[in-house]
Amino acid sequence: MLFVKIRKQFPGNGLVPFVLDIDAAFPAGFTVLFGPSGAGKSTLLDCIAGLQQPDSGQIRLADETLFDFSQGISTPPQHRELAYVFQSLALFPHLSVEQNIRYGIARLAVAEQKKRVETIAAAFHIRNLLQRRPRELSGGEKQRVALARALVTRPRVLLLDEPLTGLDGSLRRSILDDLRAWNIANAIPILYVTHNREEVDAIGEHVLTLAGGHVQETGIPHAVLEAPRRVQLAQAAGFENVLRAVVVDERPVDGIMRVALENTACELEIPLGDAQSGSEVQIAIRAGDILLATEAPHFLSARNLIPGTIVSIETRGVLVIVRVKAGPTFTVHVTPGAARSLDLAPGLLVWLVIKTHSCHLVR
Amino acid sequence: MNAEALLLSLRLATTVALLLVALALPLAYVISFFEWRGKFLVESAVALPLVLPPTVLGFYALTAMGPRGPVGKLWQLLFGHPLAFTFAGLVLASLVYSLPFAVQPLVASFEALDRRLLDASAVLGVGRTSTFRRVILPLAWPGVLTALILSFAHTLGEFGVVLMVGGNLPGATRTISIDIYDRVQSLDYDGAQQTALLLLLVSFVVLSVVYGVNRRAWSPWPAK
Repeated sequence: MLFVKIRKQFPGNGLVPFVLDIDAAFPAGFTVLFGPSGAGKSTLLDCIAGLQQPDSGQIRLADETLFDFSQGISTPPQHRELAYVFQSLALFPHLSVEQNIRYGIARLAVAEQKKRVETIAAAFHIRNLLQRRPRELSGGEKQRVALARALVTRPRVLLLDEPLTGLDGSLRRSILDDLRAWNIANAIPILYVTHNREEVDAIGEHVLTLAGGHVQETGIPHAVLEAPRRVQLAQAAGFENVLRAVVVDERPVDGIMRVALENTACELEIPLGDAQSGSEVQIAIRAGDILLATEAPHFLSARNLIPGTIVSIETRGVLVIVRVKAGPTFTVHVTPGAARSLDLAPGLLVWLVIKTHSCHLVR
Repeated sequence: MNAEALLLSLRLATTVALLLVALALPLAYVISFFEWRGKFLVESAVALPLVLPPTVLGFYALTAMGPRGPVGKLWQLLFGHPLAFTFAGLVLASLVYSLPFAVQPLVASFEALDRRLLDASAVLGVGRTSTFRRVILPLAWPGVLTALILSFAHTLGEFGVVLMVGGNLPGATRTISIDIYDRVQSLDYDGAQQTALLLLLVSFVVLSVVYGVNRRAWSPWPAK
């Protein structure tokens, strides 16, 4: 999880200075930063990457502070272990595709470099381009190379500044599919900047809209929730479980609140959020954040234990997707090994174990 | 024609060009990629030899290098002999004299680089020194070549500064332009003619190489 709370002021070109003022958290999976040109999207990414310094605030990645104005902390960009694909892509023109990809991993042993290049080139379908120069590539090929060069370093966050602008829909979709497939195994936050509404729909996950340097709205586009085709896209990475719920009560002392899911008796304890009792909210839970138990577990710190029945099991490569009916139906990701040792099968009674902080309140 | 003077000039110009590019690279880097309040002062100081009469520069160089000047005293302390009227003294004065011819092409080629390439390098985990070696130098090499050749050519043809700080000692400070001057003074017009023609040809070839390699790197003519 990436936490950003920053403020940066620019002289601006009019009488009023432009102020970027952001307070947002970015979970693993895609977050689309959507807004018109000049909304501060690229500046936000530059600040996260360390290429520009905010005037105040903090940037944290999990427990690590990357930037803290009051403590005088600012990790230089080369030590942040993030990846950033610019709109211009910025491939090194004097290096071949392979040398571009190896650029950020030159400190590793040569054998390891080769292995990583091979893996990432396969994942992004550029193995036949490795000996070419950037000027010999098409637009879509360049974009694949830029993504490969960024991801081969195994970054902790991926920042994308309109990386797929100018591509036609099907080419864009195929690159996004490769990126999603990559992120199933890596599960890092991906911040995707665009001013193109079409791209928001194509990614169709968590969206944060920016205008005039401020966050306007966050949430999951309604279109995504209503159109099953897009829900499938959304499920490929990011929040696989998006559930409608009603707030039952708030307990500010404990920092939590309880919600009832989709008008059933099934209740969840979630972190206290900006919602009042009785209001309708949506809860997002990553399939990888839910544990399965075949007996009622005891002595756990996780606050949500929900009994349910396995509806279906589907194996996709190294991922087993289990659907559990417990009031609403939850999607849970487990490894093939876990599925075998628990003898998971349709009809089996299981308990879902969900930490309070794995439940995200979205609007 | 005086072969000794020609060889001395070539030796001086080569030494100065190599040393100067080594010095100018970090200087040009700082000028191109950093912003600070007094930057324009450094830029003016670097460009000063372009407008200053060589005799003025030579005069200050001579005073500094003389036995009572700060540089001269230091040199005497370190090496046990005076600096003025030696080859080393000529090299030192020429470094100052040709400085803008090395720094300006480098600054021009550094500033023409796409900054996002440097950002990309940083985000990929590569520090400033490695970025300089792996991205800036390979992409700015026409600028480096231009700096090398222009400082070589400029030093080859210098006269005023050499006369002030070097004098006219055969084999030590008597360079080719001094030689031409001497011949004209002694009415040896044929000898002067030959040497002058040689210098003209060398200069033209050198500049043709520079402009042939990279028209944009540093040219007094507007870009097409």
